[in-house]
Amino acid sequence: MAHLELDKATIRFGGLTAVSEVDLEVRPGELVGLIGPNGAGKTTVFNLITGVYAPSAGEIRFEGRPIQGLPPHRIAALGIARTFQNIHLFQSLSVLDNVRVGRHVRARSSLLQGLFLTRGSLGDEAEIEAASRRLLNVFALEDEWNWRAGSLPYGDQRRLEIARALATEPRLLLLDEPAAGTNPQEKDALMQLIRRVRTEFGVSVLLIEHDMQVVMGICERIYVLDYGKVIAVGRPEEIRNDPRVIEAYLGEAV
Amino acid sequence: MVVWLKRGLGLALLLLALWGMDTAATNYLEPTYYTLLVNIGRFVILAVSLNLINGITGQFSLGHMAFFALGGYAAAVVTKMVGHRLFGPVPSVSEGIPAFWYAWFAGSLLFGGLVAAVVGLAVGLPTLRLRGDYLAIVTLGMGEIVNIVIQNQEWIGGALGFADLPLFVRPGTGIFWIYLVAVATVLAIRNITQTTHGRALMAIREDEVAAQAMGVNVVRYKVLAFMVGAFFAGIAGGLYAHQQGIITPRDASFVRSIEIVVMVALGGSGSITGSILAAAILTALPEFLREAVGRLPYEQQEGARQLIEQLQMVIYALLLIVLMLVRPQGLLGARELSLRNLLRRRKPRSAPEPSG
Repeated sequence: MAHLELDKATIRFGGLTAVSEVDLEVRPGELVGLIGPNGAGKTTVFNLITGVYAPSAGEIRFEGRPIQGLPPHRIAALGIARTFQNIHLFQSLSVLDNVRVGRHVRARSSLLQGLFLTRGSLGDEAEIEAASRRLLNVFALEDEWNWRAGSLPYGDQRRLEIARALATEPRLLLLDEPAAGTNPQEKDALMQLIRRVRTEFGVSVLLIEHDMQVVMGICERIYVLDYGKVIAVGRPEEIRNDPRVIEAYLGEAV
Repeated sequence: MVVWLKRGLGLALLLLALWGMDTAATNYLEPTYYTLLVNIGRFVILAVSLNLINGITGQFSLGHMAFFALGGYAAAVVTKMVGHRLFGPVPSVSEGIPAFWYAWFAGSLLFGGLVAAVVGLAVGLPTLRLRGDYLAIVTLGMGEIVNIVIQNQEWIGGALGFADLPLFVRPGTGIFWIYLVAVATVLAIRNITQTTHGRALMAIREDEVAAQAMGVNVVRYKVLAFMVGAFFAGIAGGLYAHQQGIITPRDASFVRSIEIVVMVALGGSGSITGSILAAAILTALPEFLREAVGRLPYEQQEGARQLIEQLQMVIYALLLIVLMLVRPQGLLGARELSLRNLLRRRKPRSAPEPSG
């Protein structure tokens, strides 16, 4: 059974059909790429999956259950987490607090319990902190735990965003251009990190990326989007040689 | 259970300390200074509770005093009308007020806080769904609506105000009550900020889009922050009504709310200790000015007094402008003042600035 399934997902903004009858699936544990020229609707697909927009038509199922139209916080609670194309960290909060916010959705104590710092609330907090520090260790950010997130170097901010997303204990991770703005060494490290995240955290990954080295290097299947439509699906080598993809996006064989 | 035992002990000690402070202040301080302390306590409650909304959650409410007035009126109705009907008139201070009246008063304060919180819910639910400055506009209007509605309620005094309320907050009891609530407010809001709920609020301030993507129910948390802030403002109103013996519709007005907004901005949005500091400074300053005026030759006093009164809002405005230019984050920024921070050595300049 597919983990995530988009069934003719469509969204129109006024006269513009940004995403048109997209069929897409991510199987459990799979690493899937979503590529296409700028303005093809890739991020809009992410926004549909995460509930930022409700589709105008079509269905989106996560683990067999329709999720279209649910608010973003509900979808996060169901187990879908994301990063953003232009980093959206909580800039003036500490690195640790950024990850701790990610754990919020798994906390059980109520505001009233927090108000009186009851045992339930304190236990929750201890659990949140321990889990968050474990994540910082995995991402080699433990020494910077007390830095303002906004003062981290760019590459670290990207990694912190992934750590924060994983803190929500997702089963599906959506990465929006994780390699943007990284240098070649960082790119290799990032590819390793994504592979490692998938096995260690048991998530399926759907990623948007312009960097062909990264996409071809780690994705098992790739969807190509153009003008809001899926124009090709397949394994990396199939995509690389698909004439439609070459015409619309790649330009020449890479 | 040990935790609760410790806390019970802490509460007992606090009550004792407050009682001791009150007794000492009553006996050794001039009444003006006693009143000043009580007023500072009230503004601490108001500033810290508004900080939860404006500073920590990053919303912009301009109607905090509307909650204050609502709480004040609600508490006054409970003591003066309901209490009167149930137990007869409150004995005057000289006759001695029996203890159960104070319990009734405490209940009336809670009721006032709850009324304010419920109105906060009613106002917040539709407006906090929207982004940007809608809350500022709505809360600005809310203050005036409360003001005008109460003006037309003759049964609670109308435009002249609800007067002849029993004076539960006066020298001998005032510091005890005010600072009991102030400590409760500060502790409650500090506790919230130290839990996942407080971090959810700060996440909303920092980046709403990311906050909801991380599973924070943005609308729910905004409304909760708004209600908790309103609750404490309402209690402050109840205390004030029974300190002055009167509460008027003008207490809800937007001009008064601005004072609290200035306090939060001055102290540093998001800093609880900053709000406390700013509340103390901005309450004490006019008092000391008034004192200085008293030293002037008699003929000049009246003029100087009027001048200060007229200039007060101008001074607030100037203060805000200067603050925004020189130190937009407020005195303390988002930091907290604590002994540990003061004692900690400053880090070398090259090290990145730690947050918090």
